[in-house]
Amino acid sequence: MTSAATRRRVGHAAATVLFLAVFTHALPAAAQELVREPAYRAFPLIGSRLAVWAVAQLHLNFAAFILGVPVFAVIIEIIGWWTGDPKYDWLSHEFVKLVFAAFSTTALLGALLLFLFVGFYPRFWAFMTNIFVTTYWIYALLFFAETFSVYLWYYGWNWLSGPRKWLHVSLGVVSNLFGIAILFIANSWLTFMMSPTGITESGALKGSVWGAIHNATWMPINVHRLIANLVFGGTIAGAYAAFRFLNAETDDERARYDWMGYIANFVALSAFIVLPFAGYWLGREIYAFNQTMGITMMGGFMSWLWIIQAILIGVLFFGNNYYLWLGMERIPGSERYRKYIPYMLSILALGFMVWATPHSLIVTLQEARAMGGTHHPLLGVFGVMSAKNTAVNLMILTTFLSYVLYRRANKLSIRSWVLTGMAVQWAAFVVAAAIVVFYGVYGYFVESIVRIGFSVYQVGAVLGAIVLVMTIDVPMFRGARSTGPIRWGQIPPRSQYVLILLAVTFTWLMGLMGFARSGIRQYWHVYGVMRDTSVDAVTPALGYASNMITLVTIVFFAFVMFIFWLGGLSERGEAGAHAPVVAPTGAGSRAPRR
Amino acid sequence: MTLFRSRFLQAAAVVVLAFCALRFGIQPPVPWSVIKIYLFVVLAAVFIYVSSDSDSWRSFLAPIRSTLVDPDRRVLRGALMIVVPLLVGYYAYSQAAARPEAPPELRAVHPAPPASIQFRGKELSIQGLDNPLRKDAATLPKQVAAGGEIYIRNCVYCHGDNLDGHGRFAPALNPPPANFQDPGTIAMLQESYLFWRIAKGGPGLPKESGPWSSAMPAWEDRLDETRIWQVILYLYDATGQHPRRWEAK
Repeated sequence: MTSAATRRRVGHAAATVLFLAVFTHALPAAAQELVREPAYRAFPLIGSRLAVWAVAQLHLNFAAFILGVPVFAVIIEIIGWWTGDPKYDWLSHEFVKLVFAAFSTTALLGALLLFLFVGFYPRFWAFMTNIFVTTYWIYALLFFAETFSVYLWYYGWNWLSGPRKWLHVSLGVVSNLFGIAILFIANSWLTFMMSPTGITESGALKGSVWGAIHNATWMPINVHRLIANLVFGGTIAGAYAAFRFLNAETDDERARYDWMGYIANFVALSAFIVLPFAGYWLGREIYAFNQTMGITMMGGFMSWLWIIQAILIGVLFFGNNYYLWLGMERIPGSERYRKYIPYMLSILALGFMVWATPHSLIVTLQEARAMGGTHHPLLGVFGVMSAKNTAVNLMILTTFLSYVLYRRANKLSIRSWVLTGMAVQWAAFVVAAAIVVFYGVYGYFVESIVRIGFSVYQVGAVLGAIVLVMTIDVPMFRGARSTGPIRWGQIPPRSQYVLILLAVTFTWLMGLMGFARSGIRQYWHVYGVMRDTSVDAVTPALGYASNMITLVTIVFFAFVMFIFWLGGLSERGEAGAHAPVVAPTGAGSRAPRR
Repeated sequence: MTLFRSRFLQAAAVVVLAFCALRFGIQPPVPWSVIKIYLFVVLAAVFIYVSSDSDSWRSFLAPIRSTLVDPDRRVLRGALMIVVPLLVGYYAYSQAAARPEAPPELRAVHPAPPASIQFRGKELSIQGLDNPLRKDAATLPKQVAAGGEIYIRNCVYCHGDNLDGHGRFAPALNPPPANFQDPGTIAMLQESYLFWRIAKGGPGLPKESGPWSSAMPAWEDRLDETRIWQVILYLYDATGQHPRRWEAK
């Protein structure tokens, strides 16, 4: 045997021993590793994804409610403090009471969601924790701070009244600031999953956590959700008022909850008018961040969600205007404005049709042959964003006109300049509509990137008209002669079902669009960084998703009904406690049963 | 004249007129899927109008109530009890009956492109990619002309000599070839998107929204990179459309 052969044999033996040593040591270690940290675990029966989806959506609904309602509750309290009118204080308290009842449910669902992530998506959760661990502590501290301030706000209502009212109002403001900060932190996690930044290729933080927080979609989501929370809070509070109105046993009670429903709907409507602009900004940022994601959302397999969204938004526009028109019945003097309803309704209906015209039509082969392709020469014109932006801006303008007419329904201005003021107001409407239509039509003749920029001019024209009209309207009708007090409570019951419809529609819409936002990541937990390798890494079909969202919406409203019931229950046997239960103007007249 | 003042008849007339206008007043005919959406809007609007004040609502309900309960409407009531179920039954039958045609498809017109593709062994990033031939303005007419030749040799059979999707082969294809004249097609897309679609064709479509039935071949086997960019230049030049630019970072 040569020395070279011996050396080779010894080398082989050493390598074998080394391999065996490493293998025998590594195998149990690897096995232990697998046992200790699987990437996924399966939730019984329904699977992990459905469990997370349902709980996340429920948590988000409640969170949106408890973050949205205090924003306008504190504004209403400030109005009450400012004017000295106790009915605003009562209303603000009523709103906070609802928040209070929903607070613990939100926290419970949040904890449940966390357990689901930790238990069923451990590797994903570990990844997120490595990046965002600092924010967890801040989030928890803020949650404590918000809880204590809201509790103090609610329980200190009578204690901090009178000369100490400023302290109470400050508590409301501080609770809102804590709430908004919580929202922004939670948004940083989910937006990071969509548009990750500030990390290395291996997924480690490059610098501070701020790099990951301040990603491309963070601020658009913050703004969009903040506004949407107001709409959502308004619609749910409106549904509560409707629920109480329909169950009311006295005219006073009916008048009170009619007024509450009106205010809640007014809040929802005011925020709803600007919501599409925020949504458009978000969509644009998603597109700019990643073309694939943008096209998946707007032109790819998610595109049909936008038709459902258009129908739901159309229902919201119809519902809001219908509620205002029905409400005019309780206002003496409103008859003079009824003649405008058919025109406003026509604009809304035409806008709704354009908004809901699909870009990619469902056609049979015969229909495609008759059209000369899959694009219809007329409908193709309505299927693009130029037409849709024009339609939605005109619908917003029309809805605002409805509100202006409602607002002045029982008022006759005593200002000498009333004719000039009204002429300027009408001119503002016409000019805004003309600008919207002009840029809508011009958009067909310019390249895409220029057309996208036109939406800013359209939005600017509408918002400008709203500001100008209100700037004139407020002084014009200050101290106006009244044609009679509003007969609160004397509104057809179907108006209250409209309020409930608006709440259900908006909840459903939130679930649907949340699915679109989350679903465009497709098979990624963190887009382009951490792939979803679970058995559920399939984007559900639209029908499946819609059914799921419907189910969650039903469960949410079951919870909400329970909370509404609790809201009424707490009043039993404590009549007079926190009491300005003052009927609003004109209340006390008998409300007819229709 | 009293008949015409009936809220119920007015409402019914608006719905019928809207249906006739949508079904027969627009050429080429509007697809049924869209008619249904539009009619839903019309019905909702009509309902809102008739019920937006109590007098109108009572007037609308009066004939319905009368038909349902008045003793002198017994014959009409009986007739409706026969006709309405028959109509519902016919509708159910028409929806369930087998038809000798392909069912309507829910297509995604713009499938989402990948972030990058492999083109003849070279990785091309689709995101942020511009047509390199546009850099030299002096040679642009020559490049467009070359693209025209490529189009006529390869694409015209399906997409047509007017680039409107009416080529010779088009009647045999479902879905029909893209109509580039339509403002909803290439005018909404960056040139790199077209590069991906031409290079990879139907086989390169993404998994989502499948199964696809595109007959578009993968042209990367026959056309090199420059020639694909040339034909893209031609598509925009011949249709008068402008490609979508990337947003400034």
